Amino acid sequence: MSEIIAKVKQKQIAQLIAHGKRLDNRGVTDYRDLQIEVGLIEKAEGSAHVKLGKTEVLVGIKVEVGEPFPDTPEEGVLTVNAELLPLASPSFEPGPPDENSIELARVVDRGIRESKAITVEELVLETGKKVVVVFVDVYVLNHDGNLIDASVVAALAALLNAKIPNYVVEEGEVKKKTGYRQLPISNYPVSITFAKINGKLVVDPLLEEEQVMSARLTMTFDKDGNICAIQKGGGNGSFTIQQILEAAKTGQQIAAERRKLVVKE
Amino acid sequence: MPGKAQEKQKLIDKEEKRIDGRQLDELRPIKLEVGLLSSADGSAYIEQGKCRILAAVYGPREAHPKHLALPDRALLQCRYHMAPFSVEERKSPAPSRREIELSKVIREALEPAIFLEYYPRSSIDLFIEVLQADGGTRCAGITVAALALADAGIPMKDLIVACAAGKVEGKLVLDLSDAEDKLGEADVPVALMPTQEDAITLLQMDGILSLEEFEQAVNMTLNGCKQIYKLQKEALKAKYVSLKEETEE
Repeated sequence: MSEIIAKVKQKQIAQLIAHGKRLDNRGVTDYRDLQIEVGLIEKAEGSAHVKLGKTEVLVGIKVEVGEPFPDTPEEGVLTVNAELLPLASPSFEPGPPDENSIELARVVDRGIRESKAITVEELVLETGKKVVVVFVDVYVLNHDGNLIDASVVAALAALLNAKIPNYVVEEGEVKKKTGYRQLPISNYPVSITFAKINGKLVVDPLLEEEQVMSARLTMTFDKDGNICAIQKGGGNGSFTIQQILEAAKTGQQIAAERRKLVVKE
Repeated sequence: MPGKAQEKQKLIDKEEKRIDGRQLDELRPIKLEVGLLSSADGSAYIEQGKCRILAAVYGPREAHPKHLALPDRALLQCRYHMAPFSVEERKSPAPSRREIELSKVIREALEPAIFLEYYPRSSIDLFIEVLQADGGTRCAGITVAALALADAGIPMKDLIVACAAGKVEGKLVLDLSDAEDKLGEADVPVALMPTQEDAITLLQMDGILSLEEFEQAVNMTLNGCKQIYKLQKEALKAKYVSLKEETEE
């Protein structure tokens, strides 16, 4: 994933940030414009297309009837997968998921799972035998930085958009009754990602900023402002405790604002 | 689910003792050993509670495959792997998505400490084998990997030391065991460099914590890391003391 970036560009980015500015004229805690379109894939149970600046992510939700995990017989199953499509960036290659796409999927998964966004208990058709399996497939269409936040928002919007068949169990067989129901969603995780560049933190990094960052920090907040997932990654740098605690405070505020764009209550 | 609630009740008793008899802010017993594998350039072993983990370092050596080599620094390659018999139900030996993610975050936790720029075009290969898992394997894996790197003579700014804190039955606790990790409400693994102003090189979290709880949890891990750091240094010295005794005989 490491693209070569010119030294002058590195210097420019660092100098701008030292003055509290960014390449695209944002301040260090300003987030890019977010556009969300839902329901554009009719064959999927739910879908959302998110544009975060020039970053584009499409999430499709598919559901199936399957078996629960043996240790959670009274819960439906959530599976998150992410594809870094070769059409999204010159640095993405076809082939089985690499560590970056696995990390992306697992961070999205952790936000949804740990905040209990999906009420998995309501997805049980027959305890221990048949449950609804929810597949969240993250499709990265264009990479201009901060894929995690765009994917988390897209996943949440797609889950909220999802309508699943009315399954019923009759004599041990699963049948679909007419009509559809909403997926049971009870929490709204939103992640906020920071990049550390020359010792300073900036929110929602551009691709060029990610190419010069020394480390990345993603914090996912639930609807009550609690932290439900954290992932540090993206380079060979480190954070001080003060930076992390400050990021948590800033992130909590930004997450609350961003959530309003996805969840209209 | 009443059954689950009853099960949970048992993790911390009225006197704030945990199921294994520890205080809330107490680490599990830790045993460290350095330089026990003769083929590797560096190796180390850790026992932390019931965790048993081996780490070995090969390199700096020629990068393989060659196209991965970097022109200006060494490549750090890290494989975190769990033995099929390390957990209750046999784990397939093929790398799982969890293992691939952990290999990545462990590598990124160790990289900040290593002077990779000293060895351009080469590779430092680190293998972490979990022989028995009991909660907190990524942290114990980092702690033992840092020792293996040091044993291999890889120049580093500091040892990396890791430790987790979490929330169990509403209370913050240090160094979660397997049961506490599975049934608890949150888990915050942290890795840091004690002499570099506690620069944090690994931070993850799952579960639910308020901002205040999160701050407390991180502070707890700092304390735990300091204790483990002492043990790391003793283990490194112990190897050379025993070498010295051998040569004097």
